[in-house]
Amino acid sequence: MSARFVFKAMIGFYIALFFLYLFGPLMVMAVTAFNTPNYPQAYPFEAFTLDWFVKLWNHRSMMAGLRNSVIIGIGVVLLSVPVGLAAAIIMGQISSRARGLYYLVTVSPVLTPGVIIGISTVIFWKDALSLTDVTRATFYNGTMLSIFGQSSFISAYCLLIIMARLQRFDRTQEEAALDLGASYPQVFWHILLPFLRPALISASVIAFLSSFENYNTTTFAILADKTLVTVLAGEVRQGTTPALSALAVVIISISIFGAVLYEVLKRREENKTTRTMRNAKEAERNETYA
Amino acid sequence: MSSRLFVILIPLIVIAIFAILSWRDTRNNPDPTRKGFFDRNGTVLGLVFIALVGFWMLFLVVLPYLYMVVESFHPKLSPSKRGGPDDVLTLMQYKSFFIEPLSGDMNTIHMWAFGYTIVISLIVTALNFAICYPLAYYMAQTGTARKVRLLMLALIIPYWVNEILRAFSLRLLLASKGLINQMLMGVGLTDAPIDFLGNNVGLFVGLSYAYLLIMVFPLYNAIESLDRNQIEAAHDLGAPWWKIHRDVVIPYAKPGIASGCTMVFMLSAGSLAAPQFLGGPNTLWFTSVVYDFFFQSFNWPRGAAYAFVLLSACIAFVMIVLRLFKVSLGETIK
Amino acid sequence: MSASVELDHVTVKFGQFTAVKDAALEIRGGEFFSFLGPSGCGKTTILRTVSGFLEPTDGAVRIAGQDMAGIGPNKRPTALIFQNLALFPLMSVADNITYGLRVRGMSSGERARKADELLELIALPGQGKKLVSELSGGQKQRVAIARALAVQPKVLLLDEPLSALDLKLRQHMRAELRAIQQQVGITFIYITHDQGEALTMSDRIAVMSDGVIQQIGDGRSVYDAPDTAFVASFVGENNAFAGQITHADADSAVVQTDFGPLRGRNPKALKPGDRAVLFIRPEDLIPVTGAADSTLSSYVTNVSFEGNMTHVYLNGQGAREISMSIGRQGGTDVPQKGTVTPLSYHASNAIVLPEGTMARE
Ligand SMILES: Nc1ncnc2c1ncn2[C@@H]1O[C@H](COP(=O)(O)OP(=O)(O)OP(=O)(O)O)[C@@H](O)[C@H]1O
Ligand SMILES: [Mg+2]
Repeated sequence: MSARFVFKAMIGFYIALFFLYLFGPLMVMAVTAFNTPNYPQAYPFEAFTLDWFVKLWNHRSMMAGLRNSVIIGIGVVLLSVPVGLAAAIIMGQISSRARGLYYLVTVSPVLTPGVIIGISTVIFWKDALSLTDVTRATFYNGTMLSIFGQSSFISAYCLLIIMARLQRFDRTQEEAALDLGASYPQVFWHILLPFLRPALISASVIAFLSSFENYNTTTFAILADKTLVTVLAGEVRQGTTPALSALAVVIISISIFGAVLYEVLKRREENKTTRTMRNAKEAERNETYA
Repeated sequence: MSSRLFVILIPLIVIAIFAILSWRDTRNNPDPTRKGFFDRNGTVLGLVFIALVGFWMLFLVVLPYLYMVVESFHPKLSPSKRGGPDDVLTLMQYKSFFIEPLSGDMNTIHMWAFGYTIVISLIVTALNFAICYPLAYYMAQTGTARKVRLLMLALIIPYWVNEILRAFSLRLLLASKGLINQMLMGVGLTDAPIDFLGNNVGLFVGLSYAYLLIMVFPLYNAIESLDRNQIEAAHDLGAPWWKIHRDVVIPYAKPGIASGCTMVFMLSAGSLAAPQFLGGPNTLWFTSVVYDFFFQSFNWPRGAAYAFVLLSACIAFVMIVLRLFKVSLGETIK
Repeated sequence: MSASVELDHVTVKFGQFTAVKDAALEIRGGEFFSFLGPSGCGKTTILRTVSGFLEPTDGAVRIAGQDMAGIGPNKRPTALIFQNLALFPLMSVADNITYGLRVRGMSSGERARKADELLELIALPGQGKKLVSELSGGQKQRVAIARALAVQPKVLLLDEPLSALDLKLRQHMRAELRAIQQQVGITFIYITHDQGEALTMSDRIAVMSDGVIQQIGDGRSVYDAPDTAFVASFVGENNAFAGQITHADADSAVVQTDFGPLRGRNPKALKPGDRAVLFIRPEDLIPVTGAADSTLSSYVTNVSFEGNMTHVYLNGQGAREISMSIGRQGGTDVPQKGTVTPLSYHASNAIVLPEGTMARE
């Protein structure tokens, strides 16, 4: 009994340590966001203030970067999710001989360091878009190149997410629809897409977040523009201000809110499933007595 | 420009070869269940799919890579001279990795940076495996469903905070005026602040911290599907706990381990934020070298060459891990 | 409106493997036609060839006289009820039922009306808003039928539609299916490995084994006049006695078995010296009371009383046992367990067929 107890205590201690490692730095940073000194300091806690949040709000380049980040994020979602979907569908249909190579090429961006993706994107598109003056003027800019560079690997994330769900698709669903007279495109819109909806939603969320947080690729691809993250990097390089801590607090709050929301939605979904299962049981019972 | 244009031909040739192969395949082995691609998706949708994937594969993945490689075999030229008679194929950028072109000395700085980056990345990978394995095992095999879900959320939330801010938070802790030094001095363990950032402790911690999650999840996924009875059977046979892990759990979780290790290695070798913000002033991380070629000396071909060296190292690492663990790429990336 | 279906020497191959071999038959319009055979014999393959998911490697499928080559499943006048039903889990019951009408461009108002009508037909009125997952097994079954009937197919194809239901419900659904068929009057092609289902519902049955159609006929002829040893052993209970033919004429033949010479009908005109199997149904065996046509005797291993019937099991040839069913009308004595009992039968009830593959027990 005591050995078991020691074991349990050890595991508990280890987990506590792990999460201290994970959360400790963030919590210290959070405290500095509410402390008055100019240098972000958690201890001694001099006085409570919300000034740093105001400073953050008034930080022009950060807000401009935020706008760019959102635009790029949306662009990446609009490009990567359809690409990932198409790639997953082709993965299921491609002849087995070509599948190995196809898989290798499609997932290679996941295994490539982001810096390299950024560099190759810039080098390639600079020349490709310079072929005509019009393309150079319209497309050769940081936003466009960031969307291209990030989509290179984010599409692969989307592919993997969508493929995982597609593998669970019951082919007879498709056949049933065809048999009832649906055309292949109708099967796609009416049957396959609704089935993939959860995967498409999570792919969109992941795509947006990955794009929003990306530094390694974007720092090259953004050229002379700025995203929130590259502005942050500049700020951190120059020095430290509690306004950055304030930003972290905002992000953490949003993510906790998101997590809670997710949990609530999931609960609701679960309740719904249990209700339908209860109804089915009920129906089954009635049938035997009828 | 001709060598650059040639790049475009390579993928087209590969695609053509596969098209011919698959056409011959279907002709020789007719299969009543297989339908042509355009029959199965409709012409319009089929074209859209192919256009999307083709654009991605060609213009976002293959061509940029190849183009970067070709660029690395060119000299650095001003824009006006590009495509001119001076724009020849050359190995000089790769040579410069070994021998500094201006002085003619051994380029120890860059070679050292490269070796250092690789070694530290390996250490960080091993470290993260050691830290994450117990937690992954606990979550996958011991914890109750409710606890696991909670732990999962707790794991994910910090990762919504981006890399830069996470590095920043560590800097607040580890700086000479940071909380840890305050504590150490407060307790009296040390009189002067320890320079954690200068001696690269900050860099190690930063890299490890940044990629904890990347290691936990593949491990968790792999261990989770292990049948609990197998562990209990081994336990009943009297195997000590470390033997159970060595002989049952770890062999089973191999794909997950391979996946976590390759990802962590790749991310840390290619990391830019942690070395920039947590590395000491004398530490030269290889990506920082590449970064400087692009943003300070504007020597793109040499940057491309260095990037290709880094990419080759990553590919080599992936291959070695796959070989070592005897798993396929498909098992690794899920 | 119904249509005939003709399989003109259809062969279907998966790579080197032949799943259906030279199937030739014609199903009349309005007929209830069953394919009966053990698992893996190619029944589903035939159905999928008719519905257009598979193209025959050889031969042709004709529906209402029209060659179906190159016509996709969505263009054929058939509707298929899948082995697993394949209802759309994300759609409501009503949307499921009217999906075929939706892809034909029917307005939503009209579809709603049609849905109500069909829900009435399958005795699920007012349940259109439910999700499929809220239904019981039998209800799902009926929704699948309604969904197929909604598109007014000329041929309805059913792939073991009742296999997922429990026994009682299955029997109920048999009657219901038959009634629906008579009501809508279209051709039904029904697949099953359950001979009870095939015998009770069908106008005609095709018995299949290993991709080959063994016999086509109505229930009675398949049961009473099997063409092959496989059909004799697969349809209904049967006792098989293998051996060599010693005497044969136009009407009957005598097979030398482990139980001595046994006589039976000789529809295949076998000749002395041929290897053959003689089949006697359990209900045709009678304990010897007096003079009899043919007799054999064996050791009684078990007797089980089942109310309307008593089953007696005796040692048979090899691993197979002989079974005998005794009804109550005859007033015959039931043999005792542990005794050696002589049995007899009327030679006209036994049939001699060429040796061949038997159904696995
Ligand atoms: N797509 C396929 N590729 C290769 N072989 C197949 C394919 N589909 C079916 N087969 C094979 O063809 C044979 C007949 O299959 P089929 O599904 O028609 O059997 P069935 O009579 O419907 O059996 P069950 O009663 O189990 O449904 C089986 O041996 C099966 O393994
Ligand atoms: Mg079948």
